[in-house]
Amino acid sequence: MSETPTHLQYTAEHEWIDTTGPAGVSTVGITATAADALGDIVYLELPEVGTAITAGAVIGEVESTKSVSELFSPVTGTVAEVNQAAVDEPSVVNSDPYGTGWLIKVEVESTGALLSPQEYAALSAG
Amino acid sequence: MTTTSPLNDEHVALGATLVPFAGWSMPLRYSSDLAEHQAVRTAAGLFDLSHMGELHLDGPDAGAALDYALVGNLTALAVGRARYTMIVAEDGGIIDDLIVYRLADESYLVVANASNVAVVAQELAERLDGFDAALTDRSLETALIAVQGPAAAALVVGLTDPAAADAVRDLKYYASTPAVVGGVEALVARTGYTGEDGFELFVPAAAAPGLWRTILAAGQPHGLVPAGLAARDSLRLEAGMPLYGNELDRTTAPHDAGLGRVVKLDKPGPFVGRDALASRAHANPSRVLVGLVGSGRRAARHGYPVVMSTADDAVTIGQVTSGAPSPTLGVPVAMAYVSPEVSAPDTELAVDIRGRREPVRVVALPFYRRSES
Repeated sequence: MSETPTHLQYTAEHEWIDTTGPAGVSTVGITATAADALGDIVYLELPEVGTAITAGAVIGEVESTKSVSELFSPVTGTVAEVNQAAVDEPSVVNSDPYGTGWLIKVEVESTGALLSPQEYAALSAG
Repeated sequence: MTTTSPLNDEHVALGATLVPFAGWSMPLRYSSDLAEHQAVRTAAGLFDLSHMGELHLDGPDAGAALDYALVGNLTALAVGRARYTMIVAEDGGIIDDLIVYRLADESYLVVANASNVAVVAQELAERLDGFDAALTDRSLETALIAVQGPAAAALVVGLTDPAAADAVRDLKYYASTPAVVGGVEALVARTGYTGEDGFELFVPAAAAPGLWRTILAAGQPHGLVPAGLAARDSLRLEAGMPLYGNELDRTTAPHDAGLGRVVKLDKPGPFVGRDALASRAHANPSRVLVGLVGSGRRAARHGYPVVMSTADDAVTIGQVTSGAPSPTLGVPVAMAYVSPEVSAPDTELAVDIRGRREPVRVVALPFYRRSES
């Protein structure tokens, strides 16, 4: 079982969000559990910079050879940055899901229902 | 109830991700689907297929019984050779696709898909009525290990007892021979489900872990890696090989899947499904199995609609049976049933991928064919 970083918050759909960044900008990615379940990720479809996104809504897709998973926004806000390096080389999402494999940065207006690391660890263990 | 493979401890030791599959717990992957897929295309992969069913049929009427029970002509099969064939219902619907090996004059091995072993065994038992032949299900006592890829032949021949090495080296595609491999009595078959050259080794379950470790160790210099069900699925898809439950099922006749050639209507004597299949053979099919190649990166998956074009109001003219981003081709590929009028190669169609329509082009199967060396 992969470790659940304690400085992040989570969704039940296996996204993570780091709200500790500067000036209300949060970073979003998918968890190691999600990346492991998908297998080798070969394609990311992410929203463009400037897109208004809503907590709980589908904002993209993460595709592996084996399957595909929709990406749900954990927050409501505006996309401030997209990880082009991950779009170009999606395998970084497998190798470093909480680091260089981040997906988007969002100027957050409000958050959806987020899970604590403990809650998420309990969910993904079950 | 979940059955574990005789190789389960090996998979756990290798760090495999194990998943439930047709009542078994089997390795989905060991490290990376893509790396395992590429290893099979360029070097070799080692697969545990112990979930497959091994049904033995022995007796003076074994061949005649199979001629009646299956769509193929198995009395015509030479000893030491194998055939891809099917068992169908009276209405011609496919119960399972099978490989039948003739081991001796009066001895056949029927290999069935794990999900269908029970129903195939039951159907065969019923259809044996009146024939002098005995059916034995040896699925649990038999392990099946596949070595697939361009390096497979050198590796397996190198591990074969010298007395049988020539026979294994010269083994033809869809042929089998008994041989001692890695010190284990095996039935060595030149068959596979990857589109590469390779072997499938039927061995006693108790001997499987030792043979697995022997092949892993000897294969390392050849670039062999253990490969899971995920790689097996993407490899067979590229090779255009049907999967029961995707391309084949009870509502599908062999002709629908482009496999009418396996139905031997001219064999002597009646067989189950003959009348239904005889009328299918001359009728125009209502749907045709085709290959689809995309140009973007989003892949169609099992069950997605095939539509006439990318227009919003384009009508549905088929359904995807299998699809994935092809690791070898670098584009999305899919198999799909479509209406005959849009089944010609180079026809431009589209697939509805979760509400968005992506263009695809019809191609002849397979997507990938290995170059002969």
